[in-house]
Amino acid sequence: MPDSAVLPTVEDALALGLTREEYELVCEKQGGPPNQVELAMYSLLWSEHCAYKHSKKLLRTLPTEGSHVVMGPGENAGAVDVGNGQVCAFKVESHNHPSAVEPFQGAATGVGGILRDIFAIGARPIAVLDSLRFGEISDSRAPSRSRFLLDGAVQGIGHYGNSIGVPTIGGEVYFEGPYEQNCLVNAMALGLGEREKLVRSAAAGLGNTLVLFGARTGRDGIGGASVLASAELGDAEADADKRPTVQVGDPFEEKKLMECSLELLEQGLIVALQDLGAAGLTSSAAEMASKGEVGIDLDIAKIPLREPDMEPFEVMVSESQERMLCVVAPQNVEAVKALCGKWEVNSAAIGTVTGTGRMKVFDGEELVGDMPVRALVDDCPLYDLRPEKPATPIYAPPKATLAKDAGPREALLALLRSPNIASRRPLFEQYDAIVQSRTVRRPEQADAAVLALDPSPAGGEDRDTSAAGQGRPVPGLAVSIDCNGRRVAADPYKGTIEAVLECAANLACVGAEPLGTTNNLNFGNPEKGHIAWQLTESVRGLGDACRKLEAPIVGGNVSLYNEGQAGGPIYPTPVIGMVGRLPDAHKAGRLGFARAGDAIALVGPFAPVLAASELAKLQGEALPDGLHEIDIDAVRSSQIAVRGAVRAGNLTSAHDIAEGGAAVALAECCLAGGLGASVELAGIAAGMMANLFGEGPGGFVVSGGVQELRALGELAPVRVIGTVGGAALSIALGEGSLSATLEELTDAHTSLRELFP
Amino acid sequence: MKFGVIQFPGSCDELDALNAARRVGDAELLWHGERDLKGADAIVVPGGFSYGDYLRAGAIARFAPMMETVIDFAGDGGLVLGICNGFQVLCEARLLPGALLVNANRRFTFRQLELEVLNSGGVFTQGCALGERLSIPAKHSWGRYHADGETLAAMDRAGQIVLRYADGENFNGSVHDIAGVSNERGNVLGLMPHPEHAVDELIGGSSDGLKIFESMRMTVEGVHA
Repeated sequence: MPDSAVLPTVEDALALGLTREEYELVCEKQGGPPNQVELAMYSLLWSEHCAYKHSKKLLRTLPTEGSHVVMGPGENAGAVDVGNGQVCAFKVESHNHPSAVEPFQGAATGVGGILRDIFAIGARPIAVLDSLRFGEISDSRAPSRSRFLLDGAVQGIGHYGNSIGVPTIGGEVYFEGPYEQNCLVNAMALGLGEREKLVRSAAAGLGNTLVLFGARTGRDGIGGASVLASAELGDAEADADKRPTVQVGDPFEEKKLMECSLELLEQGLIVALQDLGAAGLTSSAAEMASKGEVGIDLDIAKIPLREPDMEPFEVMVSESQERMLCVVAPQNVEAVKALCGKWEVNSAAIGTVTGTGRMKVFDGEELVGDMPVRALVDDCPLYDLRPEKPATPIYAPPKATLAKDAGPREALLALLRSPNIASRRPLFEQYDAIVQSRTVRRPEQADAAVLALDPSPAGGEDRDTSAAGQGRPVPGLAVSIDCNGRRVAADPYKGTIEAVLECAANLACVGAEPLGTTNNLNFGNPEKGHIAWQLTESVRGLGDACRKLEAPIVGGNVSLYNEGQAGGPIYPTPVIGMVGRLPDAHKAGRLGFARAGDAIALVGPFAPVLAASELAKLQGEALPDGLHEIDIDAVRSSQIAVRGAVRAGNLTSAHDIAEGGAAVALAECCLAGGLGASVELAGIAAGMMANLFGEGPGGFVVSGGVQELRALGELAPVRVIGTVGGAALSIALGEGSLSATLEELTDAHTSLRELFP
Repeated sequence: MKFGVIQFPGSCDELDALNAARRVGDAELLWHGERDLKGADAIVVPGGFSYGDYLRAGAIARFAPMMETVIDFAGDGGLVLGICNGFQVLCEARLLPGALLVNANRRFTFRQLELEVLNSGGVFTQGCALGERLSIPAKHSWGRYHADGETLAAMDRAGQIVLRYADGENFNGSVHDIAGVSNERGNVLGLMPHPEHAVDELIGGSSDGLKIFESMRMTVEGVHA
């Protein structure tokens, strides 16, 4: 460190997001005050985003092991065994704060980042899903911030995924007041790789070379991890000033980077690989060194820059997108650079693996930063949460949009029209769902997306299309992403269990069993007692549900401080992504009724109540304090029953009951299949409206032959409630009846079209 | 019968096209920077975003070394099929008349569509019946076909308007609902929808797109429907 440099002060440290105590600890680790480069690097690696300092202790309680797990938390992505020597890598990540500031680029680079995590472990990305939350858009004609954010985020996801040739096969979106100031943009990606060829990120081999490849390094995204990801959002004007910290994505660069990375791995030219995400080179290099228990010398003068006059600290913390860092044996460096040349990707040897255990940053000959790797990566203090259940409700009741005395028919149409339930077609039509030729079930065809696994039509080996080959099973993957934040807000423990059960139910409807789970914990400021309580309870629920379902957590992400100053905290939103396998994609379930005359049954331990339901929301009801008891074993048993029947080809359709209760589920089955139904729904719950619209876990609507439906009774409660047919949905109730034509249902269900003229 | 499928940096659907072609014959990828067609009897210019398509869709790809060979190949009567971005490239290369503009709804849009065969005598559709409907998906932002009135009239007379969107299916606003056109000679076809994504009932519920590849095979092998 040059003596002439002016050392930053404790005030500078505070401005970068460190606390006074953390700054003092940094000084202790460094044996004196850190210089500018060192302070910048500590402030990022010790940020919530990188160090998980408020969540790490909780995350350690989650189940992470199971018979299918190949790679668990801690690597770029988790991976599960899917048979035939193949693994499915998957992970969900958030890009909430960047998207709140600049939705198009925020969402686009969110997709770019999660894709890099997948190919960083040597798996080819095969699918993207997204999970979005915005404020209310109920008056859909009026321009609003939520509409602007929705439009930008959807276009950004499409822009990146479509351009890179990875299908966006599913997702979910909710509109609720508490997300008004702080939208959520979570993206999940899946990849396929060979088990024997997966690569880890630990740097290894003293004297090996570090090669940085991909886009040039610029000033974009500087300080993103600490400024954006680890602090509450301020007012809109101040947030506009944060725009330079949002990165700009270039999917074409990433497409080349992806092909180049996969070919480098295929040829066995690299020892370790890591993408550059939050905190850029700082985080990537330090984490590779930490995992490998080695040191690293870097020379920033060798890094290809977009702007010539960047300060050393800027180079180290830049979040320029589409970059990867790899470790290469010296004799392979030229071959690596040649392959990068083939893909027209920049590359530069920028450093060396050392045995010092220190991260040394040089600018040419000059040493500009020198830190112990362990202090940087592992010594950030971890904080205990101080959970405190709030004595009074945190969230104001929603604005009523439906009269309390609305009749059943009016309520059904209002629910189908409501933004949380209406058809997502105007959104998912903006995504390529079919590139790579694996997509067996597209959005709105089934509860979960289904991909053909192997033999892969996109992988070179053609599927056998001969008459003899037609009957041969084609194994498939199924994936679902879900979380109803309002129910988690009502009861963080049980609401989170419900989210996990919902994902597993979606998999059951296509005939898939869970292999593993990923999660993105989106919460408010954990330093506040009530948020700490939400987080603690939610993680407890997540662990309990995943243990019971044998669907271990293989990776995930935490996004805290999701509150706007005016709007208060978001609903606690632990987004769950679950991946499952089905033995034969030919038999993958569908959600729509398809055969007139089929019987319809309600399956499972479904005990619906109106509290915390979508109907209660439309009617302006406050959240209840707690949800009903859940018998996870009974729910699981009904899922096993449905899964088995789908796999055996015994059901024409299967759909799980979620928002809007049984009546909405029935309407969705009618709409997806273009067929009406006549059913009787009485005596399931207390009162007519609860029978129709009450919500709770564990229920399915299935159709098929009446014998096949009754056979489900061996494992789960079954009630045959009616017949498929006609051009209307007619529901007889104890006290009355409800009827709506398919045309009326369609008209209500397509309300989101107005948002995308 | 051997297909060659060009691979540009930024191509997305080249493996899909490769595998679709392999259902009716041999097929091999051709790298954009090379010039050798490796003995291919027919060329597929696939979908995607060649070179990122940041300037104008297909505007840079048309200058690729491999495209120079393909232009000569087409001039000699060789079969060239351009799908989506490939259609854009062929228009930029002047192998096909007209141009593709931004969709009327100004958004990337993915839909399974019904197409109608307007010319079943051609080398790409001889396996189809006149007026036959094909279920094939489309997915693009720049798919609004445009040509001036005189050109359109001449194309119509020459049977160059090979495929049209069925009524109500033309989401991109193409003139005369045009979905696919050929050159005057009939040996080059471009279309925005993706026949390579409709070759397997399991994946998408339709195998109608196979008829395009099958027709090409019949033409090359001298078989006639």
